[in-house]
Amino acid sequence: MTQGFHFTFAATQLMLLPSGALWWPDRTLLCVSDLHLGKSERIVRRSGDMLPPYESRDTLGRLEEDLRHTNASTVVCLGDSFDDLLAAQNLPEAEILWITRLMAGRRWIWIEGNHDPGPVEFGGTHLAELHETPLTFRHIAQDGATNEISGHYHPKARLQLRGGRVSRPCMLVDANRVILPAYGTYTGGLRSDDAALSDLMREDAIAVLTGSPPRPIPMPR
Amino acid sequence: MLARALDPSLMLIAPTGGGKTLAGFLPSLVELGADPEPGLHTLYISPLKALAADMRRNLTTPINDLGLPIRVEDRSGDTSQTRKKAQRADPPHILLTTPESLALLLSYEDAPRIFAGLKRVVVDELHALAESKRGDQLMLCLSRLQAMCPGLRRIGLSATVEDPPALARFVAPHPAPCHIVQADPGPDPDIGMLTTDTPPPWSGGGGRYAIPEVLQQVAQHKTTLIFHNTRAQAEIFFHELWLANADGLPIGIHHGSLALEQRKKVEAAMVAGQLRAVVCTGSLDLGLDWGDVDLVIQVGAPKNVKRLVQRIGRANHRYNAPSKALILPANRWEVIECHAAIEAVLAHDLDGDPRGPGPLDVLCQHILITACAAPFDADALFKEVTGAGPYRTLTRAQFDDCLDFVATGGYALRAYDRWQRLMQRDDGLWRLRDPRLAQQVRMNIGTIIDTDTLKVRMKGRSGASAGKPLGEVEESFAASLVPGDTFLMGGQIVRFESLREMEVQVSRDRGRKPKLAVFSGTKFATSTQLSVRILDLLHRPALPNLPRHTLDWIRLQAQVSHLPRTGRILVESFDHDERAHTCIYGFAGKNAQQTLGLMVTRQMEELGLGPLGFVATDYATLIWSVAHVTDPMQVLNADQLQDGLEGWLADNALMKRSFKGAATIAGLITRNLPGKRSSGRQATFSSDILYDTLRKYDPDHLLLQITRTEAMRGLIGFGRIDEMLTRTQGRIDHVVTDQVTPFAAPLFLEVGKVPVNGAGREALLQAEADRLMEQSGLATLIATGQNADGNADGIR
Repeated sequence: MTQGFHFTFAATQLMLLPSGALWWPDRTLLCVSDLHLGKSERIVRRSGDMLPPYESRDTLGRLEEDLRHTNASTVVCLGDSFDDLLAAQNLPEAEILWITRLMAGRRWIWIEGNHDPGPVEFGGTHLAELHETPLTFRHIAQDGATNEISGHYHPKARLQLRGGRVSRPCMLVDANRVILPAYGTYTGGLRSDDAALSDLMREDAIAVLTGSPPRPIPMPR
Repeated sequence: MLARALDPSLMLIAPTGGGKTLAGFLPSLVELGADPEPGLHTLYISPLKALAADMRRNLTTPINDLGLPIRVEDRSGDTSQTRKKAQRADPPHILLTTPESLALLLSYEDAPRIFAGLKRVVVDELHALAESKRGDQLMLCLSRLQAMCPGLRRIGLSATVEDPPALARFVAPHPAPCHIVQADPGPDPDIGMLTTDTPPPWSGGGGRYAIPEVLQQVAQHKTTLIFHNTRAQAEIFFHELWLANADGLPIGIHHGSLALEQRKKVEAAMVAGQLRAVVCTGSLDLGLDWGDVDLVIQVGAPKNVKRLVQRIGRANHRYNAPSKALILPANRWEVIECHAAIEAVLAHDLDGDPRGPGPLDVLCQHILITACAAPFDADALFKEVTGAGPYRTLTRAQFDDCLDFVATGGYALRAYDRWQRLMQRDDGLWRLRDPRLAQQVRMNIGTIIDTDTLKVRMKGRSGASAGKPLGEVEESFAASLVPGDTFLMGGQIVRFESLREMEVQVSRDRGRKPKLAVFSGTKFATSTQLSVRILDLLHRPALPNLPRHTLDWIRLQAQVSHLPRTGRILVESFDHDERAHTCIYGFAGKNAQQTLGLMVTRQMEELGLGPLGFVATDYATLIWSVAHVTDPMQVLNADQLQDGLEGWLADNALMKRSFKGAATIAGLITRNLPGKRSSGRQATFSSDILYDTLRKYDPDHLLLQITRTEAMRGLIGFGRIDEMLTRTQGRIDHVVTDQVTPFAAPLFLEVGKVPVNGAGREALLQAEADRLMEQSGLATLIATGQNADGNADGIR
């Protein structure tokens, strides 16, 4: 059984899955952000460091799992789906086929991110932003926007417990916007108390820690 | 020494500071003589930069006195670029350096020219180098040098060690013999326990309770060294010492986290005889010349008899008089341990764990360094590597695995063919694919893995102390600070202001009590031999001459529960604070007891006992849980525990830390270089993720093999758990009582409690999250959403 976190945003019922994907049941729409596929390939190309080349299959494996659970008809990849455009081209054959298989029979939208600002050689629709009334999906949150779903910052949050600390990727939510955690395996996080995030989010924002089940807390600042 | 001058290798063992270093240079000075040929003749390697600089001064005096035209220079990370360049172009006769600087020199293309004509290598403080991977790297470098200069002769200089032949095999080129010269060990030390009016506290380290007695000793002696086991303890002690120092005795502090300038000041004052005492840590363990030290005080149990003996040797080391030392137990347990340690010193019973074979991560780095200098032949390199003592049993298959890792990443998935680091040329030699990689390799040379540290600086633009560097703290400590927190640094209380550009900015604080002081130093575990002595001591027909408070405590334990015994494990069960408690006395050393805590709580989780956390000392592990352990065999079953290592133990933080170290040394990940990590923090991710990914998709990868090997020793100490289980063969004394037992009581005060992330903890997380949501009034907002949509089954 998947335990998600249900919440109402812009008068819309949404759910954060334990994996960090966002589920919109009324539209059977699944949104994932910052997959950073092909990251190890980009790293070796740029620095020569040969990290374990398994992060794309790990990310795709989790995405496949979420698709199986939800049977989504629409998938929105919220930008930085590929670590760069060359990494998208250089993905191994098996992983390209895997992506194609996941896309089959679904409406699939690639939102552009700062890492992948142009179209990639996969099917689906390539957009700068998606307006799916009443929500707007874009990679980077905009000042003054409302009803907005974005990614980009890889938010994470920490919680002090008796005798220990928990730090996990998280979703940030306030009345105006949702910022999704990074979904990709090789992604770090930006702490929610960083100025970039605390300036964006309203005082009453909450952070929902990913995990099974996800845990909402007041956003740590 | 001169009689043996033509031996290919030679090891001299002498007590600390017996003038052995100069003896090591004698053959060189004789050979160089009045008319030396130009070029490098002797290379001197020491573990400390400061020691190399010290040695230059010590050597220059006799050379000048004799009017010899011999050039002596030192080289380390602190040497200026200009001088380094000059040294490469025109090497001195005698070059004094560190293992890392030598490895760097060997990575240059002109290494064969720099070292042409080299006749001798002198390795100082060999016993210290052999305790870490720095020694393994050095031996690989010496093999490299031996290949360049076949007639090279080695001299190893060591303090007293427990197994000289093993150390000789380590330093000598395999299979050449190595003669051992033993110097006169001198008279037995005058050693005793520092007794105090106040009994020591039940737990903790630091020995603050004995400040008056320590000050009294300092006043009665010319110069006193006060050794501590950790930097944090040295800081607190020094601070308290000054608060009580009514006579204003000049006392300094010296440890590895202090800024270089600070340390140099103390060293200079010490040499000039201006200080009456120095509070210090292991950074003073090695043979720097400290003038007339006439007393050594060891604060806290020494954990290891060999180290104690080496420290004691710091007193009176220039005279053939006994060294004078006092040991100050920091808590009640340590009274027993100190007594056992003193007995061991007087019985000349040194301890030490046998060295394992040379680690493969160091070999990987060596292969990379070799490739930076010139293309190499794999067969020749294998032969060369197995000529190094620690690698004499290396198999060709292991070597090939390392070569494959360095060249391709060594993954089951051959993803990096285009980007290989090493390529094989048509003539069979291996070379760097991209020569620019050499720069990166050089930046990563070395096997010292610092926990990531951040510099601490005094805040402000004006004023005498503005911008002054004070030292370093661990990154994890810095991350836990909130503005206003106070801690000790260099003996003064500072207030945390901000974290800016990866520097900790602080201001002076007028308070008398720091809020925190938890930046940690090295954590030693009590050695196996010393643990056995302690168990033995508890069971003598007549308890030894211990202070009354300690004797009463031991007797009470015998009444209420049992005294732990060598061939059995004592397990106690009792309730405290409405939680079930289990105390396991394994006497396996802190690291192993900690690992045992992880393993046992895992078993308890599976049995549904709801373990919540545990804490470990050198002697015991105390676990608290929702339900009681009724049958200790269920959680201490040797087979299950051993299976544990392969399975869930792999998941713990210590394993991940070992992995990070190995991955850094082997060149999988690049060190965090200053200035490189400040940009875009969300772009960097932790090495833990790499570890988890490898375990999932490539469980036989070389780096995981290395990590598992290290788990048997060091931080994880699995080898000692194994030893404990073999020693006790399932014989368990299980005591169920209705009160906290005398031996378990101190564990409640111990710091470093480890939470268990199981069902029990998840419940705590939920409770805390709910509380916060309720408190902030945000809970109502969420509840509407949840009610509207029902539970998660509705997602289809």
